[in-house]
Parts: sequence; structure tokens; C-alpha cells
Amino acid sequence: MWDQAGLAVVSGLGVGSMYGLTALGYHVTYRVSKTVNFAQGTCLMLAAVLGFTFQVSWHWPAFLAVLVSTAICVIWSMAVEIAVVRPFVRRGSDAWLMATLALGLVLENAVLFVFGKDPRGMPSSLQESFFMLGGLRVSALQALIPMVGLCIALGLAWTLKKTKFGKSLIAVSLNLDAASIMGIHAERVIAWSYGVSGGLAGVAGLMIAPLYTVSAGMGTLFGIKAFAVAILGGLDSAAGVMVAGLLMGLIEALVISMLGSTYAQMFSFGIIIAALCIKPHGLFGKMAIKKI
Amino acid sequence: MLLTKKSNFSLVGSATLATLTLLFSLSVRAEDIKIGLVAALTGPSAQSGESITRGLTVAIDEINAKGGVLGKKLVLIRRDDESSPPKGVAAARELISSEKVAAFFGGIDTPVSLAIAPIANQNKTPFMAVWAAGTKITKNGANPNYVFRVSAQDDLVDIALVKYAQQKYTAKKLGLILVNNPWGESNEKGLKAAVANAGNKVEIVGIEKLEQTDVDVTPQLGRLKSAGADCIVMVANAAPGAQMMKSRERMGWKVPVISHWGISGGRFDELVGETAGEVHFIQTYSFFSKPTEVSKKVMASLGTHYGVKSPADVIAPVGTANAYDAMQLLAKAIEKAKSTDGEEIRKALEQIDDYAGLIKNYKKPFGPDDHEGLAPEDYIMVRYQDGKVTPVN
Repeated sequence: MWDQAGLAVVSGLGVGSMYGLTALGYHVTYRVSKTVNFAQGTCLMLAAVLGFTFQVSWHWPAFLAVLVSTAICVIWSMAVEIAVVRPFVRRGSDAWLMATLALGLVLENAVLFVFGKDPRGMPSSLQESFFMLGGLRVSALQALIPMVGLCIALGLAWTLKKTKFGKSLIAVSLNLDAASIMGIHAERVIAWSYGVSGGLAGVAGLMIAPLYTVSAGMGTLFGIKAFAVAILGGLDSAAGVMVAGLLMGLIEALVISMLGSTYAQMFSFGIIIAALCIKPHGLFGKMAIKKI
Repeated sequence: MLLTKKSNFSLVGSATLATLTLLFSLSVRAEDIKIGLVAALTGPSAQSGESITRGLTVAIDEINAKGGVLGKKLVLIRRDDESSPPKGVAAARELISSEKVAAFFGGIDTPVSLAIAPIANQNKTPFMAVWAAGTKITKNGANPNYVFRVSAQDDLVDIALVKYAQQKYTAKKLGLILVNNPWGESNEKGLKAAVANAGNKVEIVGIEKLEQTDVDVTPQLGRLKSAGADCIVMVANAAPGAQMMKSRERMGWKVPVISHWGISGGRFDELVGETAGEVHFIQTYSFFSKPTEVSKKVMASLGTHYGVKSPADVIAPVGTANAYDAMQLLAKAIEKAKSTDGEEIRKALEQIDDYAGLIKNYKKPFGPDDHEGLAPEDYIMVRYQDGKVTPVN
């Protein structure tokens, strides 16, 4: 019984922190610009596919593959902002919502065409080393995933509070016009917030790839679940989003472990809806007051 | 002047084009018998589609080299169903109404073949399942029934899997991991029936479902472990099956795993890594079996067409083997029917006497009430070994 619950907790924390990281990406851009890249899931997939291509097909060293694929995700996300978010926001339209989704589909199909539809397996030495934790066998990768997730979330919080870049992000989020008057290049800051969001999805994609299979479609469900997580945690709270990610992962794993897998999806999404009925702004979100 | 020249050009051009098209279409249509294939040519099970294509191509080439059927050449027309029933249905309709195929073959996915079977029956066009094993594909309630199969059948596979678990691993408590779709359901029924018929020597202690998108299957496996399962019976295709094996490895659970054959339709060994060989799964044929006249011929032809040098190079072997035999049986039936009319072919298929095939020597493979070309005696157990599918000793 305890073994079974322990297994579910380890599995839930791993998958949950990936939800959290991806959802943090939604949070960062929403906080700064009140827009999100709905194709976050595609960015996660892009990192995994690039990581596979660099490391397995082209035999690059792992650290270089990770670095380059994350960098490409950052650039891609910034391009998304410049190409399909900014023009609509300037004209006061909400069409960026559809546009980011559409661009994600374009990328997914391009990857299908280039990478192929066959799912591939990403080898990782971290998956083959194990240690015992209170009678449970945990792989190094499983332990590393939540740790990396937590460190990145803390690092992000620190950057926002302590660095000039972070402060300019917050300034733009508080009042765009005032920030511009104070000499902050608001549009550049927003583009960078997209870059950070892409980087987060990229790291999540690279971490999850060895656990999962690498394919063009791998990001879709992740993106949707991460968005559910962001809403559950409250889009404007970084800590809330991360906690909600872990919760979602734990709930999914524990529901399967306790009640069986037949109704797992139904139960976990049911719990989210119930939570949102009680707390409509998310578990940690604040009610937004719009002054007119 | 310029105008005249241009219009002359276009006139001559279109006339030539029209003549060429006419000539081309005449040369193709008058002499050829079209044979269709609706299978997963792309996607996670793409290898299955490629493997079936190879089996059909080798058989068709062999038949055409001997002068074809009814003095006409056979031509294969392929359509990709992407493992999706709606796409399969659209492709089947197109093959029947536009391409006017004499008969057509199906792919690995039971849900797709289940959706296609009624269309084959409505249009009186014979449909041959050469991989999908869902019981209701052939036992679809139609009379007359135009659906035939040269492949395993779930109910019979389930009996064989339960028997193997008892004999090989002396298993008493089976844990089932089934993909959450109609194919998984078909086997859930079959495995329950097989266990019920095995007396009280073996029982099912847990049934868990696997989603195509599951990242981590340890919660499901944890339940089966707690329930005391001493053998896992898996029904899934390559990608979700691999997720289950990776989770089992992470848990460090050394439980024996036996599997239906869906895992052999993709890159299962690459996706799983080292423990891929620990799964024993069912097949209808292994190219490592004792060579026969037919198998030597097929291997040689696979070599010329696809660069296959040894049995180890044959991808997803059952697809090729089943498709080869099924195509030969179909050709025999068309020859016997002396027609490409669907109803005549169906009757002829039910009356074929014998055929020395790749998988076995068929004796009256089909009858009016029996559309299964293979029986449980033809099943063998295999595993991945250094990337090859080899028989278990």
C-alpha cells in the first residue's frame, strides 16, 4: 500500500514539475503583457525533437545539444511574439490567441514533415542509475526533474526580484506607459518575457524526453494540461503555478494508484473544475481589478 | 500572329496531353486488376504499413512475373489511414468507388478495420485483414460476409497468451495492462474468457488501462504489484507499450511480461532500450524458422526489392508474412472465380482447396462460416534480441 502510494508520489512529482515549468511560461508572459503563447506545448516538443536530432542523430555532446536546443526555443518564442502577438496587441485585437495556436500547428506540421511521424526513443544515462529512497527505487532522472523544476522556479523568482531585467519586467507589467517613460524599452522586455517562456518549455521538453517518446505530437496534451495548471494556480502567481503543477501531477498519479486508470482523466479534470468553482481566480490568484 | 501561334501551341499541347492521358489510362485500366491497401503508412505504427506493403509487393511481383491473374497484371494502390478510423473509412470508400479495386487489405489498427468492415460488406468488396486481430472484424454479423483474415484473432491469441503464462512462468495471478481503445476492450473480453476456461488454476488480479499519451505508467504498475500479479499480460502498440516497459524498469520490478503483437509494429526496441528483450510476444511467423522453398523465394525477393539480407533485417515480420500469404490466396481466388466481381471472389475464397504458403500449408483455409486463415497452432512466441525479432526457445 505505502509502496504503491510512494511510487505514485515519485511519478506525480516528476510529471507535475514538468507541468509546472511549462505553465510558468504562460505565467511569465501573462504577467508582463497579459498575453500568452498558446502553443507552449509545441515549444516543449521543439526542444525534445532538436535535442534528439543533435544528440542521437548528429552525435553532439549532451550539454551542447541541451544548450543549443534551449537557445533555439528562446529565439522561436521571441519570434512568435514579434510575428503574431505584437501586431495584434498594437491594434487592440485579441486575435493573437488564435494566431499563436495557428503558428504552433504550422511548426508541428513542419516538424512532422522533417522529423517524421515515427516516435523515437531518447536514451539517457540518468535513467539507468538508481538509488533507494525509503525502500523505493528512484532513478536519477526522476529525482533530478523536480529539483531542476524547483531551482528554475526559484531562479526565476530571484531574477524578477533582484535583477535589473526582472525589475523592468515587473515595471512593464505594472504600468507599460510609465515604464516606457522611465526609459524601459517595453516591447523589448515583452519579447524577452516570451524568450524566457520558451526557454522554460524547452527545459521541460528536454527533461521529459527520456521518460517519454520524442514525436511531433508529444507537446499537444502537455500544453493543454500546463494551461489547465496555470489557470488552477492563478495565472498571475509564479509560486501558485508551480504548486498547481505539482498538485496536478500528484492528483493524476494518486487517482490512478488509488482508483485505477480507467477513469483517471475524468477524475483529475473533475477535481480542477471543482477547485475553480470554489476559487475562480485559481488557488493562489488574486482577483483582478480593472480600473476604467 | 503571336496570338495564333500561342493558341496553336496550346491546341497542339492539349491535344497531345489528351491523347497521352487516354493512351495511358487505357494501357493501365484495360489490363490491370487493382488491389487496395488501407493501413498506417505514417505515424507510430508506420513500420506495420511498410511491412504489409513489402509482403504484398513481393507476392504481386511473383504473380505478375508468372503472367498475372486472368491474364492481367495486379497493381497495388496504397492509402494511409494514419491509424485513424475516419481516415481509414474515407480511404476505403475512395478505393472502392473511385479506384474500383477488386479487393483490398487492412492494416494494424483494429479500430480502423472495425470501421471499414461494414463498408466492405455494403459494397460487396472483399476485405482482407492481415494484421488487426480484433475478433469482431471478421465476426461482424454480416451475411454474406466479405471480410477475411490471414492473421491472429484476439480471442485465440488471448487463449494462447494465458496458456503461455501458465506453462512458461507457472503464473497464477495475471495483471493486465490494456490500451484504452476498442482493441484493448476486445482483448479484455478475450482474456477474461480465456482465464475462465482455464479452470481455477489462474486468475486476473487487476486490469489497468494505458493511454496512448501516458508518460509514466508506474501508478498502474504499482496497483498490479500490490494486487500480487506474478505475470503481466500487455495489449498495446509500440509507443505506449514502451512507456509501460520503461516504467517497469524504473520500478525495478522483474515481473515477466507477455504481450500481444501490437508492440512489433514500431520501434519498440529503440523506445524501450535494454529491457525490450524481456517481453515475450506472439507472432504468426518468424523468418528465423526452418527455411522452406517458399521462404527462400520470399527472402530472395525481399533482398532484391528492399535490400533485406538476413531474417534479422525483416521489419515487423508478421505484416510481411501475413500479407504475402493473403495476397497469394486472393490471387488464387480471383483465378478460380474467373472474374473480379466481389461476390464471385468471396465465394471462390471460401472454396480454395490448398496452398503451400509461407506461414504454413493451407488446407481449405476459408469456409462459408470460417473466415480465419490461421489457427492458434500457427502462433509462435518471440522476443527482441539485439534489435531482431527471434523465436523464444
